[in-house]
Amino acid sequence: MAKPMEQITWQELEIGAVVTEVGSARQYHTGSWRSERPVVNKDQCIKCGVCWLFCPDISIVRAAEGHFEADLTYCKGCGICAKECPVGCITMVGEEE
Amino acid sequence: MGKVRKGVEVSIAMADAVAQADVDVIAAYPITPQTHIVEHLADIVANGELDAEFVPVDSEHSAMSVCCGSAAVGARTFTSTSSQGLALMSEIFFISAAMRLPIVMALANRSLSSPLSIWNDHGDVMMVRDAGWIHVFVENGQESYDNVFCAFRMAEDPNVMLPVAVNLDGFILTHMIEPVEYEDDELIRQYLPEFKMKHALHPDKPVSMGCFGMPEIYTETQMHREDGVTNSYPHILKAWEEWGKLTGRYYHPIETYRADDAEYCIVTMGSYGETAMEVVDALREEGEKVGVVKIRLWRPFPFDEFRRAVLGKKSLIVIDRALSFGGPGGPVALELRSALYKKEGAPTIVNYIAGLAGRDVSRKDFRHIILEGKEKAASGDTEGFTLYGLRG
Repeated sequence: MAKPMEQITWQELEIGAVVTEVGSARQYHTGSWRSERPVVNKDQCIKCGVCWLFCPDISIVRAAEGHFEADLTYCKGCGICAKECPVGCITMVGEEE
Repeated sequence: MGKVRKGVEVSIAMADAVAQADVDVIAAYPITPQTHIVEHLADIVANGELDAEFVPVDSEHSAMSVCCGSAAVGARTFTSTSSQGLALMSEIFFISAAMRLPIVMALANRSLSSPLSIWNDHGDVMMVRDAGWIHVFVENGQESYDNVFCAFRMAEDPNVMLPVAVNLDGFILTHMIEPVEYEDDELIRQYLPEFKMKHALHPDKPVSMGCFGMPEIYTETQMHREDGVTNSYPHILKAWEEWGKLTGRYYHPIETYRADDAEYCIVTMGSYGETAMEVVDALREEGEKVGVVKIRLWRPFPFDEFRRAVLGKKSLIVIDRALSFGGPGGPVALELRSALYKKEGAPTIVNYIAGLAGRDVSRKDFRHIILEGKEKAASGDTEGFTLYGLRG
């Protein structure tokens, strides 16, 4: 966004509140919603990609070594990856810990 | 089609107008509650007389969704519905206005269930009063035909970009055969040029429509909408003015009949205006100083024109066609009381709710309402409302 959302005046909006900037959702860091984060046990991970498939927020990324992990800028901590992981290598850990 | 005057069912005349307006997409769910409007359009498209997509969808919710999609790519889009159909499409009805999609709808006003009814009143349109559409009311077949073109002209004006509903009384207008003067195709093309939309969806220039609105921005989007609807007003006037110049038939947000020297007026919206004028003629002969004030534009509400028409009069007898349960009366009277609050020279308002679900309101009834309303106003009995003709 050319301007942070909280600074945009109503007069600056496009008709129909159309957003003309492509991919601007990327600038909204939903990771701040999280109360738990997924922690992956790399040794247990079989690199199947099920967590990547199921993540509703496209927040699972593949690491250089081939295993998967969460991009905490966007991960909301929903826990679907931990629930779906076939080998149980993802644990949800409270953010306060 | 050349200029011709013919006897035609009002629904058919409206469908013919939509075809003359050269629409690109019609999406509708053509079963009860419906009219011949989209049925006839389906015929016109199937016969190859109009190069348009007729999308027979699975529900009214889908009808309005298709309309949003087609309007979003800049296609001239039309639909029509009534009562339960409008209720079912209401979710998308609001969205279409927020996304500023210039859809035109013929809204054949009919009663909401329950009890189940297919007849006429204004319960359906009042349900979506606050959606952000432009609402025009018509009184007869000619006005229905004319306002199809005016509605597209308003909707597609780059300064407006809003959906427009042409409200016509179900059955009382939709199923009547009336004389209607059709205009020449060439005149229509002149009045309604090809539609070019600024933010039409196109792969070459991607935009996002109907985005997620965080608390940080939602308020601003609503003010943007409010500004859009309010400031559509001069462009609505211009659309009517130009239609008048071409055809000789002029339309105004508030129209009056024998009201200039009237001490009191009956206020109507929709087809009741015609009967009211006849009754006022008869009462004038008896010496009653009575006139008619007709509301043609319901949203954006023409506050200044309305006040100009009525300030200084003793009283207004407002006929509503819908009831707000547990509220202060009919929605029109509520609006007018609000418009006149604390204004110098404001007339008192007596509110009747009449003709629910198509119950006939004859000339005799109008006469009764006007004379009784005048008495009520004179005796200060102006609170609440009277449900006219109620037994018990």
